Parts: sequence; C-alpha cells; structure tokens
Amino acid sequence: MERPLRLIAGNPLDQLARTIEALLVIASAPLSVDELADAADDHAERVETALRLVGERYQEGRSGIVLEQVAGGWAFRASRDAADACARLFEKPAQRNLSQASLETLAIVAYLGPCSRPDIARIRGVSADSAVANLVERGLIAEAGRDDAAGAIRYRTTPLFERVFGLESLSQLPRLDDIGEDTEQIRERLHAVAEQRTA
Amino acid sequence: MIVRELELDLDAFEGPFDLLLTLVLKDELELREIDVAGIVLSFLERLAERETLDLEACGEFLVLISALLELKARGLFPEEAAELAELEPEAAAEELARRLAEYRRMKDAAGWLRERLETEGDRFFRLGPAPLAPKLETPLAPQQPERLAQVLRLLAVEPKQVSLAHMALRFPPVTQFLERFRAVLRRRSRFDFDGEVAQLSRVEQAVAFLALLELRRSGEIVIDQAAPFAPIRVARTGEEKIDRDERTVGWNVRSA
Repeated sequence: MERPLRLIAGNPLDQLARTIEALLVIASAPLSVDELADAADDHAERVETALRLVGERYQEGRSGIVLEQVAGGWAFRASRDAADACARLFEKPAQRNLSQASLETLAIVAYLGPCSRPDIARIRGVSADSAVANLVERGLIAEAGRDDAAGAIRYRTTPLFERVFGLESLSQLPRLDDIGEDTEQIRERLHAVAEQRTA
Repeated sequence: MIVRELELDLDAFEGPFDLLLTLVLKDELELREIDVAGIVLSFLERLAERETLDLEACGEFLVLISALLELKARGLFPEEAAELAELEPEAAAEELARRLAEYRRMKDAAGWLRERLETEGDRFFRLGPAPLAPKLETPLAPQQPERLAQVLRLLAVEPKQVSLAHMALRFPPVTQFLERFRAVLRRRSRFDFDGEVAQLSRVEQAVAFLALLELRRSGEIVIDQAAPFAPIRVARTGEEKIDRDERTVGWNVRSA
C-alpha cells in the first residue's frame, strides 16, 4: 500500500502546515497570518509555527518554490534558479523598463506618501503627470484619497510595489538620513561655487 | 553646426530643437514636461563628435537654453519665485540648499530602488486579482410552489380599465350662457354674476364668463366690479346706476 507523503513526519502541526501550503498555492497575493488563520480555522500562533515548518521545506535551494514574507504577508514565489526559465515564460510588465523619472516618483511616493502630483513636481522640479500615470498603470502606486487643502488626488505605493522590490513592508526602505548628501554638504558646495565666481 | 537643427530624442519630444522652441512659444508643448538636461546632453554629444570647438554654436545654444530654463523656472514656481525674491541672499541660498538636499535624497532613494530591482529582478511570483472570499449566500425561506402560483394568478388578472373621462375637458357652448343671461336680464334689470354661476363647474363658470364678455362687447350689458375679486354686478344697458350703498354692503358681506 502506498504511504501518503508527509511534510514533516510526526509533527502535530503537520495537517495545519499542509492546509497553509494549499492556501498559499491558490492565493494570487500575499496572505497575512490572520487571513491564513481565518481560512484554516485555527489560531494565529499555531499558524505562525506551521509557517516556519512550511518555510523550512520551501527554502531557496531546496525547492523550485520558495516561501517568503513579503508585502505584509506570506507568499510563494519561484526560486531564483528558475528565474531564466520563468522570464522565458512571461514578461514582468510591472517593473520592466522603469525610467529614472518613474523611479524618482516611486521613491517620493514610497517615502512621503500619500502625496499628490503637485507635491512630487515640487520636489523633482518637473511635472509628475506622466510618471504618475505610468506607475498607476503598472499597479505600483494607487490613489489614496484627496489632499485636504487643494483637493488634489494623493497616491501611495501598493502591495505589488513591496512584492516587486522584495520588501516585507515600507519600513524596510533605508532611512532617508542614511542616503544622499545632507543640507550642510550642499550648502558648502554652493558657497564654494559662489566664492569661485566672485574671486 | 547649426544649433536649431539639433536633433532631440527626449521623453516628451522628438525632433529638431527649433521645432521644440516653436511649440513651446506657441504654448503647444508644456515646458514642464521637457527635460532640459537632456537637451544639454544632446548638444554636448554633438559637440564632442566634432574636432574643433564651434564657439558660435556654443554661444547661440547658451542663449537659447538659458531662456528656456528661465521660462521653465517661472512656469514651475510662479508663486515661489516671488517668495524667494523677497528673501535675503543668505536665506535664499539656505532655501535653495534645502530643496536641493530634498531632491538629492529622493534621487538617491530612486537609485537604491534601481539597485534593489536589479538584485530582486529574478523573483517571479503569481500575479492576479485579489483572492475572493466565498460569496455569502442569502438563505431563502422554504418555498411553496402552490402559493407562488396563487400569487401569480392574482397578478395575471387583466387590470381594470382606467377612466380617462377627466382627461378631455368638455366645454359647453358659449351661446348656451348668452341665452341664459339674456333670459335673466329680461326678468331682472341686474344680477350678481357669482350668484348666478355658483352652482356650476369651473369649466362652465369660465365659459359663462366668456359669454358675459361677449354680451358686454355687443353693448347689451354693463359690468361693474368694486375691487379685484369683488362680486361682478351685471346690469342691462341703461340700468347701470347701481345703488352705491347696496354695492358696498354686498362687497363687504361677501368679502368678510
């Protein structure tokens, strides 16, 4: 008689782990622990433990499928070894050929969002209309209400953004203070240029 | 090298430089959309291709590009330009440095995103609409087909014919009232119109009034009314001297 395959032999959470596996395989977006617990009709703590079991099996290098914590939930993705084959199967329109303008706009929305097109234009010095429309079309940003004062539409990043960039959440973005020159450095450079010109 | 013929390939525009200038001056192209740095790069590339330095072209280009930059700056910061003009040089430099720093940070953040995209570019995952929770089914009470048939039978009865009689207004002939008033005036020298038509319908009252006007026009009667909405007194021609006291009393009594 054929014996049923067991995920982790002898573990009391075996059945729950298999249920979670099933839920993740039918989901097209990351599922939070609460969503998994609701669907599996089990406790969140037990789901978290079971997720660890599933994660052990679906690690990079062990399977063609990898379990990852992304965009505020858990999801399966293809393993990196299979990336070339996956790329031949389908294109990735969401992040393909993102222009510098789009990336800058995306950075502003990710760090300062929700923010409006005028907010973005003020920082970048050029109109943000086409970059914003492009990012909305790709599904990387979405509308998030209106500006209280001017009534302009505000935008925020979507869970797809976090997924594409492999972020667990927006808090995983590096701190703004850690990147770029600070005001002091720029001021010094401005003064240096001014002195050169007056000399 | 002719600056105006410089070929540009920008996000928002593709074509010769002089066409870009023309479109901008005609307000057919938003200068805000134009990446001026891109124009400068195109010019420098063309310049680098040549072995000798074309000072004339450089001069012309500088004049054109600075004018373009000024226009763009004014377009982008119409109010803020005025604000900045009022600032002291030191404060203006401070403000400029602050804005540059803000932009620089975002530019570097964009650079971080680009790097991240490169390292995470080999991540493939399923994309699709959000998973749908099972639809809630509205529970129905136990059904009785006989009861349903019964109700349908009630509805299937042909509805009663609705009377449209009131839709068509029937106007009695004016002559009917002409004769009637003439007969009254043969018996009495004067009469009160309101009293005469009080029992009639509104349409009949209106036709009676038309008859009254007709009699007045032919000079058979004299009409008298003390005030708007007061009783209308009708008298045979020659009998128009209606007693003033009687009329006043009548008006008062009816108006009270």
